[in-house]
Amino acid sequence: MPSRSGSQRPPGSGRSSPERGLLLLLLLLVLLPLGDASSAGVGHQEHAGNHTAANGRHNFTKKPFPVLSLDYHHIQTPFEISLWVLLASLMKLGFHLIPRLSNIVPESCLLIVVGLLVGGLIKLAGEKVPPVLDSRLFFLCLLPPIILDAGYFLPIRPFMENIGTILMFAVVGTLWNAFFIGGILYAVCQSQPDLNKLSLLPCLLFGSIVSAVDPVAVLAVFEEIHINELLHILVFGESLLNDAVTVVLYHLFDEYSAAGPVTVLDAFLGVISFLVVALGGVLVGAIYGFLSAFTSRFTSHTRVIEPLFVFVYSYMAYLSAEMFHLSGIMALISCGAVMRPYVEANISHKSHTTIKYFLKMWSSVSETLIFIFLGVATVDGPHSWNWIFVTVTVILCLVARVIGVIGLTYIINNFRIVKLTTKDQFIIAYGGLRGAIAFSLGFLLDDGRFPMREMFLTAIITVIFFTVFVQGMTIKPLVELLAVKKKQEAKRTINEEIHTQFLDHLLTGIEDICGHYGHHHWKDKLNRFNKKYVKKCLIVGERSKEPQLIAFYHKMEMKQAIELVESGGGVKMPSAVPSTVSMQNIQPKKPPPAKSAERSLPQLPKGREEEIRKILRSNLQKTRQRLRSYNRHTLVVDPYEDGFGDLLIKKQKMIELEKKIKEMNNYLTVPAAPPDSPTMCRARLASDPQAYSVKQSSDSVPTIQVDLASPQSPDSVNVMDEFRRAKQQQEEEEEYQGLMMKPPQGPSGPNKPGEADTTRDPQKLTRCLSDPGPSADEDEDEPFLS
Amino acid sequence: MGALQSLHGRPEYLDLAEKTGFSFEQIRVLHERFKQLSHNEETLRRSHFNEIPDLACNPIRAQIIEAFFDRRNYHQNGEGTVEEIGFEEFLVVMSHFRPPSLHMTEEQRENVRREKLRFVFNMHDTDNDGTITLEEYRHVVEELLSRSGALEKETAKSIADAAMLEVASISMGHMEPDEFYEGITFEHFLKLLDGFEIESRMNIRFLNMDTSTLCK
Repeated sequence: MPSRSGSQRPPGSGRSSPERGLLLLLLLLVLLPLGDASSAGVGHQEHAGNHTAANGRHNFTKKPFPVLSLDYHHIQTPFEISLWVLLASLMKLGFHLIPRLSNIVPESCLLIVVGLLVGGLIKLAGEKVPPVLDSRLFFLCLLPPIILDAGYFLPIRPFMENIGTILMFAVVGTLWNAFFIGGILYAVCQSQPDLNKLSLLPCLLFGSIVSAVDPVAVLAVFEEIHINELLHILVFGESLLNDAVTVVLYHLFDEYSAAGPVTVLDAFLGVISFLVVALGGVLVGAIYGFLSAFTSRFTSHTRVIEPLFVFVYSYMAYLSAEMFHLSGIMALISCGAVMRPYVEANISHKSHTTIKYFLKMWSSVSETLIFIFLGVATVDGPHSWNWIFVTVTVILCLVARVIGVIGLTYIINNFRIVKLTTKDQFIIAYGGLRGAIAFSLGFLLDDGRFPMREMFLTAIITVIFFTVFVQGMTIKPLVELLAVKKKQEAKRTINEEIHTQFLDHLLTGIEDICGHYGHHHWKDKLNRFNKKYVKKCLIVGERSKEPQLIAFYHKMEMKQAIELVESGGGVKMPSAVPSTVSMQNIQPKKPPPAKSAERSLPQLPKGREEEIRKILRSNLQKTRQRLRSYNRHTLVVDPYEDGFGDLLIKKQKMIELEKKIKEMNNYLTVPAAPPDSPTMCRARLASDPQAYSVKQSSDSVPTIQVDLASPQSPDSVNVMDEFRRAKQQQEEEEEYQGLMMKPPQGPSGPNKPGEADTTRDPQKLTRCLSDPGPSADEDEDEPFLS
Repeated sequence: MGALQSLHGRPEYLDLAEKTGFSFEQIRVLHERFKQLSHNEETLRRSHFNEIPDLACNPIRAQIIEAFFDRRNYHQNGEGTVEEIGFEEFLVVMSHFRPPSLHMTEEQRENVRREKLRFVFNMHDTDNDGTITLEEYRHVVEELLSRSGALEKETAKSIADAAMLEVASISMGHMEPDEFYEGITFEHFLKLLDGFEIESRMNIRFLNMDTSTLCK
């Protein structure tokens, strides 16, 4: 929204832009219905004109050829959709430009208010408010992206560790809520003269609709309060898993509210149905997840469409589940969770980034739209306000939730190792927000069978407003007040990872000694099964054997490498803990070698550095010119992916050759890095993907690494001799440690990019990358591993 | 007294319960298991542990078994290893894995943490010198990765090196280039795993063990 008007406002006053934008948009929206009306007329007129011309009514004056005409009908639907999406996104932009507001009020509230405004505006303009929260639109288009985003990035470990608790809350808690609310509401209605005709089953139906905690609302609110992981996963997991219960209850009461009393058989069938819905949904999702993982195994030559498979398979899982009236949400969650480890091992990093950002983008837009539409639908929907019904509903929702949480926690704490404290219980109870799913389910009710539908809708909307506004706004200060533990922002260190693995094995071992088949035992069995059979099938090539620790380590290295490149290279190493400790400090001191050798690297004089750099640059340029021409359908060759199998064979050969050389006691045991080890490839990809390609490294085009230590090796390159001459004095000692002594000042900048060593020490690695080369156009503007 | 009845005529259980914090039921079940493992002998030896089939595929099997025979874990300030252990030592080692009780003061929680971390530290520090040297840490990582198949020794080394570097950075902050970081002391170890919440993670449920389901 450019403020093109002549006033020179300083850039700091962000206040004007969003307000102007808002005004502009509202104007647009007003024009929309007006334009609609007028275009209809224009359309007809032109149509009529053509007809009459064709009929040859010559007394009709010939209109001049329309140079510019307005045909709104032609593009109406996509235009309106785009307009809505644009409105949603601009609103999101606007709120973050006003920091004061977004600190006090959660985004969801603001969006509902905007929706109310827009709806009000449309109504004022005299037009019919579009039925935006159409249930089909909601369930088929708006909800899936949010759930897929949640499911794909679901933290599996805490989820599985707390699955018992989550299931208890989701199933038993929701059932309790539904029956409690429905029952008491029925009793209250019976005592009221005007609500007398409300029988038990519609009340129970209403109870089941309004009792389910909504994942969209929970996500929207909890995202901003940064609560600790345990509470987050408990409330969020509950909101996801209670979908199955809601679906079953809804259909059960819907079916039988007209058909008469519910017998015991029906109740029993309901229980069976619940199991079918829940497990069936999970199964459908898992099947599609495995299909997707399997497909991703073969995408190494068509990287461009990799993200598409993830999205389409997941969506199909959702639709298939909905087709059988199974739980679509659970299908989506299980599909995302199942396919993620395998897909991520197979796809390229760019695809990974794409998937991540597309999911976040879609889910964000969906969420925004949902809240805006809630506001619009509130203005529009036919309302039937009944004081008693509505207030009783709101109160009952709160009371039922609190009682349910307290009661269930009392039972659950007997089985948990980490008990839930009172504070935890309070947050869980308070975080039970209702949202748009409840509204859409209410909307779906058939008017004929439920004459009280409008009253229901009003009550549902009131509950939603209450939870989102009151609870959503106050939860943040309450969290502060109660000093609830917040999310740990610290990065995961390699020590923690090592000890996580260690602890897993330790606990499994102790369980075996005790003879107790506890859940560590089964988890271990599952992991071994996974590694032995499933991974071989679903993950391409050698990566199927990579243990988790190594994968984590590589990821961490690469992250550090990227950070270093971005921070401008080599000068100061960005590490988690700034310190001057380097590898040298932890190496055990060795006795001085028998042979006379200078143990430290000579300082290259400045001139030499420049020379070396120039040589490197020129060679890089040569490399660049040899790239093939750009084709829209092929991504730039990704060195890591293409020849990984060859790389490993090559690497093995190198290692053997090195051992032979060591035995020959050749001086130049500059231990060579495995020439295109995965880490190096991936790291190179990050910094300068175009320059390096596996195929070219076998040519005489030099890469930044030293291929081999031996000067006689066929693969070594002339330029590298420069380095070798410089390092002739250096010698590596008895034990092939794979580490080198460093000059005292640690990473001394880019003057040693060619230092080849076998360690994946981030310092060394990043030095290699610190010279970004002449035209390091960064594809990745930000670290994609967050 | 009602309590004595539940001791099944074993007054020494009272003593053990006090020492380790287990309940009588748990002690009884563990005793059953002990007798099963030791073939009804009085003491356990390493060979008995080696007979447990499930333990065979555990990568850190050797270290776990060693931990049972390590005097440092007996809460008696002893050192060195023993060749065979009785039920009391067995129980004391097991007590490291007891879940913390619900209501504990900060100090008690800290003590539990120290105890559990001390156990893990002892497992790493195989030569009993009070520090985990680079060699020992490398050994730990190598063992962890030993079952993965495609192990490259260099990878294990570099992971261990990076981890050691991290510890040094966190504990020492600033080191001169010619200073040498001897090894991870227990204090450094505590600091390193500060956010790890080991008191809630290093636990076995001793609740629902049933002798009839005990595997061979």
